[in-house]
Amino acid sequence: MSRFAPGDAVRVRDSWPEAEGPVHIRTPHYLRGREGVVLRPLGQFPNPEDLAFGRPAPSIPLYHVRFAQDSIWPENQPGDEFLVEIYEHWLEAA
Amino acid sequence: MNLTEIPTDRLLAGFRGLLLEKGVVTEAALRQSDETMQAASPARGAEVVARAWTDEGFRARLLADGTRAVEEMGIFLIGAPPLGVVENDAALHHLIVCTLCSCYPRALLGYPPHWYKSAAFRARAVRDPRGLLREEWGTELPAGTRLRVVDSTADYRWMVLPRRPSGTEGWDAARLAGLIRDTDLIGVTIPTA
Repeated sequence: MSRFAPGDAVRVRDSWPEAEGPVHIRTPHYLRGREGVVLRPLGQFPNPEDLAFGRPAPSIPLYHVRFAQDSIWPENQPGDEFLVEIYEHWLEAA
Repeated sequence: MNLTEIPTDRLLAGFRGLLLEKGVVTEAALRQSDETMQAASPARGAEVVARAWTDEGFRARLLADGTRAVEEMGIFLIGAPPLGVVENDAALHHLIVCTLCSCYPRALLGYPPHWYKSAAFRARAVRDPRGLLREEWGTELPAGTRLRVVDSTADYRWMVLPRRPSGTEGWDAARLAGLIRDTDLIGVTIPTA
């Protein structure tokens, strides 16, 4: 049911739907296009991008994904991490 | 009619009445939700942490499923997003932020501190987290401890299980709970005895 497993290398889609019109997105800007590693699946939740507009919201897999801080901001301390909840449709295999 | 000009208590009563009439919520669910929010406070979070420090089985259950574990303590987070708990140890320290808005385990801890919702805290927690901890809170992580910033963006609400301070051997849960501040529960500070 879930496409990714713990340890899988993933990339957050470099996608900017907010440029096209009104949206509700739970994927932070600073992670778009960045590579991380799946820590674990967090279950399935109704897609907030639909819920926010009162549309039918199918449940979709959510993952905890780890990113190296210095891969995004080189000044941050090597070894430090971000751990962020990302929905499956925002992830692609890296 | 301009809704913004109606006194808020009348607006609330009208809205509440409509939700009940249309069967969107029940009286019992509203009462339960109100009781949960009235009881929510950092002191409750401190009790949960102190129990985890003194009961190994509870600690494991709390890390596996926060919402279910706190039910053992009579805390029912009904209607709230799932509670996730992340554990600090010698190798790894967690800092909680919500860069998108202000996600916080309100059903357990109550309303977040005002600065938690500020753009300054939210931006710096990812852009310069060690500088933020050091300069705003005087929090220095021990050498060799990695910092993991948990950006709470979606459907969980995250709380930190801090390390039990040294010098507290033999303390009971009530005394331990007295050490824990709201800031310890999101990792901007570290409890000490």
